[in-house]
Amino acid sequence: MDPVAFKFLGAGLACIGMGLAAMGVGNIFGNFLSGALRNPSAADGQFARAFIGAALAEGLGIFCLVVALVLLFT
Amino acid sequence: MASPIEQFQIKPIIPAINFTNSSLFMVGAVALIVGGIMLATRKRALVPGRGQSVAEVLHDFVAGTLTDAAGKEGMRFFPLVFSLFMFVFTANMLGMIPGFFTVTSHIIVTFALAILVISTVVIYGLAKHGTHFFGLFVPSGVPAWLLPFIVVIEVISFLSRPVSLSLRLFANMLAGHIALKVFGGFVVALLGAGGALTILAPLPLLMAVALMALEFLVAALQAYVFTVLTCIYLNDALHPGH
Repeated sequence: MDPVAFKFLGAGLACIGMGLAAMGVGNIFGNFLSGALRNPSAADGQFARAFIGAALAEGLGIFCLVVALVLLFT
Repeated sequence: MASPIEQFQIKPIIPAINFTNSSLFMVGAVALIVGGIMLATRKRALVPGRGQSVAEVLHDFVAGTLTDAAGKEGMRFFPLVFSLFMFVFTANMLGMIPGFFTVTSHIIVTFALAILVISTVVIYGLAKHGTHFFGLFVPSGVPAWLLPFIVVIEVISFLSRPVSLSLRLFANMLAGHIALKVFGGFVVALLGAGGALTILAPLPLLMAVALMALEFLVAALQAYVFTVLTCIYLNDALHPGH
């Protein structure tokens, strides 16, 4: 196989990490929602915290996207 | 058919002073913010009208986010945080208009904003707390044998902050706009294919409409996330040491 093919394979493999980050974000919002349904009055106060957690989890997935983009376009 | 990343191309408008379409939309966003806020607060009535209500809601929203994260003395950074929020929000929303350029889809712009935030944190933290600022890297209540590892991890996590802050905004805008363009391209390709495939053309169009709605959500959400994280980092400058 030629090296360009490996580049595309690597970009595809890097995208697996984005799926894992999606699991993390889903986990955060799923747990936030199940907690919020048990105690709706406390949910509003933790709303920003849920988003911070989601943003941090999402950031790691975005690093994978950047690896994929760097492999594709350099 | 145009490539999906062609929309991010920077074209010079006035080459003599390096005024590009990116600069045009940055100036446009700033003009929109300043003009809108000045127009809204021109009357300064005790009972706010429509425009003034919008300006007050925006002010209270950012002020609430800032005081929640950094406490009362965080309000001294209010001009910085409010400007950042309004600029990112307006730039994201301007980019959602078809044919318009998205300023925040370029990493150099978001990285400049992130470096501005982090250098504010470092300079203000060092000026106010001196060497006590480095207490940020030493969490309390950690066993002594674990401390060297924790300090290294904390330093790395601090250094990755400007990178992750800028990459998050940039990659979200970039990926969203590429996805929109790709689905738009599907419509054109199916229409051009002829025969039975032409009937399928509305399907990616529906998907593009749904994605457009999602992108509006992402544009607002990323502006909010950028602001919240800025507030949290500023809190570190105000109250170092865990």
